Amino acid sequence: MFWLLFLALLLVFAASLYIGAQRSRQVAGPNTHVLHSRPSYHGGYLAIMATVPALGLLIIWSIAQGPIIDGMVVGQFSDEFEALSLPEREAFLRDARAIAFGGIVSFTDELKEAAAAIYENLYRISNMAMTVLIALLVIVGFRRGYSSIEPKRRTRHFVERAVMILLIACSVVAIFTTVGIVLSLIFESIRFFTMIPIHNFLFGLHWSPQSAFAGAGEVVDANPEVFGAIPLIAGTLFITFIAMLVAGPVGLFAAIYLSDYASNTVRAVAKPVLEVLAGVPTVVYGFFAALTVAPFIRNSGEGLGLDVSSESALAAGLVMGIMIIPFVSSLSDDVISAVPQSLRDGSLALGSTKSETIRRVVLPAALPGIVSAMILAISRAIGETMIVVMAAGLADNLTINPLEAVTPVTVQIVTLLVGDQEFDSAKTLAAFALGLLLFCVTLTLNFIALRVVQKYREQYD
Amino acid sequence: MTDVAASPPAAGAPSQGQGLHTSDAARKRLKARYASEARFKFFGIAAVLTAAFFLVLLLSTIVGQAIPAFNQHYVTIPVDLSQESLDPNNEGEAVLRRVDYDAVVRNGLRSLFPYVESRGDRRTLGGLVSSGSAVRIRQAVLDDPDATIGQTSFAVPLDDVADLYFKGQVSEERFVETTGEASPTGTEGTIQILSTANDFRDLLADVKDFLGEQADEVERELASRERSLERAEIDIVSYRDRMPEEGADRREFFEDQVQILERGINGLNANIRDLTAELADLRARSTAAGADEVLTTELPSILVEINGGVVKASSINATAVEGEVIVPLTTTAAASGGDWSIREVVLPERNRKLDDRSLIYLDQLAAEERVERQFNMIFFSSGASREAELAGIWGAVVGSFFTMIVTLSLAFPLGVAAAIYLEEFAPKNRLTQLIEVNINNLAAVPSIVFGLLGLAVFLNTFGLPRSAPLVGGMVLALMTLPTIIIASRAALRAVPPSIREGALGVGASKLQTVLHHVLPLAMPGILTGTIIGMAQALGETAPLLMIGMVAFIVDIPSTPVDPSTVLPVQIFMWADFPEVLFRQKTSAAILVLLAFLVTMNALAVILRKRFERRW
Repeated sequence: MFWLLFLALLLVFAASLYIGAQRSRQVAGPNTHVLHSRPSYHGGYLAIMATVPALGLLIIWSIAQGPIIDGMVVGQFSDEFEALSLPEREAFLRDARAIAFGGIVSFTDELKEAAAAIYENLYRISNMAMTVLIALLVIVGFRRGYSSIEPKRRTRHFVERAVMILLIACSVVAIFTTVGIVLSLIFESIRFFTMIPIHNFLFGLHWSPQSAFAGAGEVVDANPEVFGAIPLIAGTLFITFIAMLVAGPVGLFAAIYLSDYASNTVRAVAKPVLEVLAGVPTVVYGFFAALTVAPFIRNSGEGLGLDVSSESALAAGLVMGIMIIPFVSSLSDDVISAVPQSLRDGSLALGSTKSETIRRVVLPAALPGIVSAMILAISRAIGETMIVVMAAGLADNLTINPLEAVTPVTVQIVTLLVGDQEFDSAKTLAAFALGLLLFCVTLTLNFIALRVVQKYREQYD
Repeated sequence: MTDVAASPPAAGAPSQGQGLHTSDAARKRLKARYASEARFKFFGIAAVLTAAFFLVLLLSTIVGQAIPAFNQHYVTIPVDLSQESLDPNNEGEAVLRRVDYDAVVRNGLRSLFPYVESRGDRRTLGGLVSSGSAVRIRQAVLDDPDATIGQTSFAVPLDDVADLYFKGQVSEERFVETTGEASPTGTEGTIQILSTANDFRDLLADVKDFLGEQADEVERELASRERSLERAEIDIVSYRDRMPEEGADRREFFEDQVQILERGINGLNANIRDLTAELADLRARSTAAGADEVLTTELPSILVEINGGVVKASSINATAVEGEVIVPLTTTAAASGGDWSIREVVLPERNRKLDDRSLIYLDQLAAEERVERQFNMIFFSSGASREAELAGIWGAVVGSFFTMIVTLSLAFPLGVAAAIYLEEFAPKNRLTQLIEVNINNLAAVPSIVFGLLGLAVFLNTFGLPRSAPLVGGMVLALMTLPTIIIASRAALRAVPPSIREGALGVGASKLQTVLHHVLPLAMPGILTGTIIGMAQALGETAPLLMIGMVAFIVDIPSTPVDPSTVLPVQIFMWADFPEVLFRQKTSAAILVLLAFLVTMNALAVILRKRFERRW
């Protein structure tokens, strides 16, 4: 129903554009320069007058229709509903809707049939009323617009203001996204922290939400001892540390070489290589880590007589480092190239070698940018999910042995939410608390990176 | 400023008179500096080469795994698809749909192997073809009854392990050249084959070597178990030591740990006893040269092909083998050297997915020229399946396509509109600065957080259908929005002010200037940024996992609100399955995904090169 009316309104919009333009040419007579605005703007004016109020009504009515009708049905059967709990009520309504509109029903009885009949009735009335109102709005709007088209009308201003409102609305969506993320995370996390105290979460040393409840289906308080996030944070930091050990030196040296030593041909080949490394999806890296790197590390370790887990932190960290290399390299390259040539020339003129110039003049000058690049790379590594889901372990483990399995925050978020969980249990809400933690940490790191550049950046000439 | 031109009249030092570095110490320092320069340059080159090496390693492992997956083997079996057996009363589709096509396949196979009699052997035979063969025959009959009914043979796909066998990936095999004359003692049942030359003696020596290798491995495992035992005992001691100083509940926890460790130690001790016994046995057998050897499933299989039949050896000594006839021989006449052959399948039967009987039956099918290798259309045209040989990516590709359409139709207009407003119209005050910081931060938020947002808002609050490309597209649109906004703003900023001033000068309004003059000129840059953003969204997996696109969807989705999956998530799901063919198909799917990404990126680069203007 919604899409039908939407399509109809679209057609009215298109038609009004044409009709409005024609009308304006008509009222202008032989000299169209009498018009304040060009005919296309008059068309737009008519289209907006005819369809926008109706569109607004369509959207609001469609959204409000469902809950209001549900409420009316519940009101009709208020005595029977007293006994039911919330999920049972929802199931009842769902089945009644399925009977009325076609769909899978678990079982049916007289009550549901009666409710279904009421549903059908109410929806029919509601749809009819909506269609009539929309038609009314379109007709009234069209007539008012049509009759008010005249040469002096400043329709261009009208249309432009409407377009501006549209542009502003689009910009606001970006803000709503951030607000949405923050609010939804905070909302769910607060629900979590009412069940598990926050100091257990932030300072606990044991993470095992699967063992939180005494048995399946029991409504018990969750054991607060098993929601300690410290092993997860340690796991994330450990894997990130290994990744930066790989990506930091390789990325930085690659950037130095490409910006200061490499010839044009080498740069023309090396830059695409790095871009390809950056463009490979992380699930491919995860597959590579699980299939090739982890068994290789395991076999070499066993050959040396060490005890290596098949999901070692080393494997995950190594592949994550490979993924971050282009990140570090391209950001550092930008910063190093931005150091003015005059500084290099001055140093070379004093007799230093190229490497001494880089080590003593260029790198210190570019240091804020490089530090910021490293911090951004760390932030990316912390938030990375797919590589660690496929290559890192699931059990919490506080260790500094890279050959053992550790579990990072992102893996736990995925594990907790991929599966059939009720939405109220502490287990699934724990994922939101972890998400909030992740969001805050990456935000802080990005902010620090920005401030470092802003505060310590040298302005040359 | 010192005058370095004049040679220093150092007392007693021999004055060279050339250059600045006149003393040995100075010259040594110079050498060291040059050496340090060379090292530095070397590190730079090494870094670039390391990155290139990793890329090559990644691509070569994926391509190497993927290539076998692009072909599939089919076997042509005789089938009875006559009108009388399928639909004797000519009732049409309803009856055709209910025919037992599994029986058709089974009977077809049995007619090729009349000597296969026992239930177990028949089951093995049936397991050689894909379990979806019956479905394919039914589909062919229903799609085109006139052409299919009456056919006497049909090509069905092989089961995934059989397929791997023909690609040579089940086991290494060794063929032994025969020199002696072999005389079988019968044509069916359990027979002996005697040879006049040393053929079997060499084979026996091979078997003994294999036993030796097994013994080495058991020794290694034994050592590892003993290490674990030591570690467990050390842990117990340390727990016992720390116990007195801990509180009551920690002590309980320690007690539990100690009990777990002690149980583990008992298990380990039993394990060590068994392994020691096994080691002794293997060593004894491997060093007893020339003795009889019973070939169990833990040893390589030995198959003797003679007189048109195949015998699986169950025991071997220096002069003869004794074994069971799998394919009946034609005669008991002696076969001269070279007319009969011995085949050793190196990987023991216990470690293989394909047992010897299946192997032999497959060889028979191949010998009758019934096995054909074709391009793997199943991979590109079917949806997901739990059977490795029937799994395809088409469902995931269609799902990805719908998701990309939703993402593009949401992110592109929103992003460009927001960029236009922020770049051209927004007043430069704190609010817009805040918005700008906000957008830059959004670009750096981990993708999984967007998934959480989608889960909390789109699925729970709005109640949209789970696992639908619509929701996936909305989440990805939110993720791509900052990228498009940033790229569009850069493109708009690159258009020089003279264009704007020219338009304003002839009387255009601000909006007309932007929409009619600036935007078309900035379009190539905007499109480049959009394509790159879309390419990133195509490879995203984590947020889609959160909104439920991990479900096992077999049907191809037909609208953006049908449950479906996307290609990266399909890769993620397949990566968990143990079958070798699934590993190969995952690599092939990765290649398909990379092909799409490379195409999109190449398109962006071409667009940039051809249409971007340098002002």
